[in-house]
Amino acid sequence: MNSWINLNALWKIVVVGLLTGAGLPALFAIGLRLLTPPAPPTPAGQAAAQRPTVGPIAYALAGLCFAVVLAAIGWGISVIVNHS
Amino acid sequence: MTGNDAVLALVVVTALGFDFTNGFHDTGNAMATSIVTGALPPRVAVGVSAVLNLAGAFLSTAVAATIASGLVNSHDVTLTVVFAGLTGSILWNLATWFLGIPSSSSHALIGGVVGATMAAAGSSAVKWQGLVSKVIVPAALSPFIAGAIATVGTYLVYRLTRDVSERTRGHGFRIGQVGSASMVSLAHGTNDAQKTMGVITLALIANGTLHTGAKSPTWVIASCAVAIALGTYIGGWRVIRALGKGLVEIEPPQGMASESASAAVILSSTDFGYSLSTTHVATGSILGAGVGKKDGEVRWHIARRMVVAWLLTLPAAALVGALAYWAAHGIGGTGGVVVIFVVLVLASVAFFLASRHPAVTPENVNAAWTGSVHPAPDSQEVAS
Repeated sequence: MNSWINLNALWKIVVVGLLTGAGLPALFAIGLRLLTPPAPPTPAGQAAAQRPTVGPIAYALAGLCFAVVLAAIGWGISVIVNHS
Repeated sequence: MTGNDAVLALVVVTALGFDFTNGFHDTGNAMATSIVTGALPPRVAVGVSAVLNLAGAFLSTAVAATIASGLVNSHDVTLTVVFAGLTGSILWNLATWFLGIPSSSSHALIGGVVGATMAAAGSSAVKWQGLVSKVIVPAALSPFIAGAIATVGTYLVYRLTRDVSERTRGHGFRIGQVGSASMVSLAHGTNDAQKTMGVITLALIANGTLHTGAKSPTWVIASCAVAIALGTYIGGWRVIRALGKGLVEIEPPQGMASESASAAVILSSTDFGYSLSTTHVATGSILGAGVGKKDGEVRWHIARRMVVAWLLTLPAAALVGALAYWAAHGIGGTGGVVVIFVVLVLASVAFFLASRHPAVTPENVNAAWTGSVHPAPDSQEVAS
C-alpha cells in the first residue's frame, strides 16, 4: 500500500463487489429457477426430468435465496446510514 | 459586506444549479436499464429515483466538505474561485448531456474547482497527489472492476436460468431490477448531493459565515437534497437513451446484473473511503452486462466516445473554470461575478433550447437506436 494507490482497499472492493454484485443476482437467479418448473416446450432433456413440478423444498430454498438477497439490501442501506 | 453577501447568494444559487444538473445528468446511471427493459414506465422510474435521491441525501452527511479540502489548499479558495469552478462544471455537464454522453458530474465539479483554483493561486495550490490517488486512479479502475463484476453476474444469471422460459425470466428479473436500481439511486443521493453540500459549506466558510471545520447547516442539506431530486425527476432523457439503448441492448437479467454490480461497487468503496463516480461505475457495469451475455451486442464505438469524454472532463471543466475565474476577476468585484452568472444562465438556456430540436422525451426514449441520441423523427413530430 503506497500513497498513490491503495491496493489494500482495492482488493477488498473487488472481493466484496464480486460477492454482492455478482453473487446476489446469481442467488436471485437460483431462487427464480427453483420456483419455475422446467419449460415444457423445450425438449432439452438433460436436467429437465429432475423436477417436473415445484415442491415444498424448492419453495423453501427459493424463499431462503430471496431472504438472503433482501438481507443484503438491508446491509447496503445500513452501510449508507452508518457511514456518517 | 453587502457585495460579499450578493456574491455568496449567487454562489449558493449556482451550486444548487449544479446539483440540479447533477441530478438529471445521472438519472440514467440508476434508471436507464429499468426504463429500456420496461421494468418501470419512464416517468415512474424517474419519480422513484428522485424520491430515493432525496432520501439518500439526508441519510448521511459524512463526506460533505471533503471534496475540496483534500484536493486544493482551502485557504486559496475564495467565493469567486468557487463560483468560477461551478460555472465550469455546469457548462461541461450541460454540453455532455446535450451530446448524450454520461460523463462524471463529480469530475466536472472537481475539474472546475481545480481549474479555478489554479487560475487564482497557481498550480501549487492544487494537491496533485490527492487528485491522483483520490480521483484519477479510482476513476481509471472503477469501470473495469464494475464491468468485470457485471460480466460475471450476467454470465451466472443466464447460465442459472437457461431452462427458465423467457417470459418468467423477464418477469422475475424486472422485479429484481427495480430493487437494484433503487439501491443505486439511494447511493447516488448520498454520494452526489453531499458533494454540492460540501461546496456550499466551503463557500460559507470562505465568506466567514461559518467557522472552519463547521458541519453543513440544515438548510444546505435540505436545499441540496431538493435540487438533486428535482433534477433527477426532470430526467436526463438523452443520457438515459444513450446508456440504455445506445451502448447495449439490455434485457432484464442484464439490467439486474449491471445495477447490482454498480450498487455493490459504489457501496463497498464508500465503505472503504472512496468516493467514486457513479457514472463511470454504471457505464462499466452496463458494458460488462453486454459482454457477459453470450450473443450480447456491445456498440464499442459509443463506449469509446464516452471514454474520450471522461478523459476530457477534468481538463475541460478546469479550463472553463479557469476562464470563468479570469473573466470574473478581470472585470472585478461583484460586477464580474454577476456578468459571469448572466453568461452562465444564457448559455444554459441556449443548451435547453437546442435540446428541444429534436427532443428526447419519456415518450420516445425507448425508440429503436438508429445511431444518434435523438430518435429518428416520426412523421408527426418533425419540428415543434
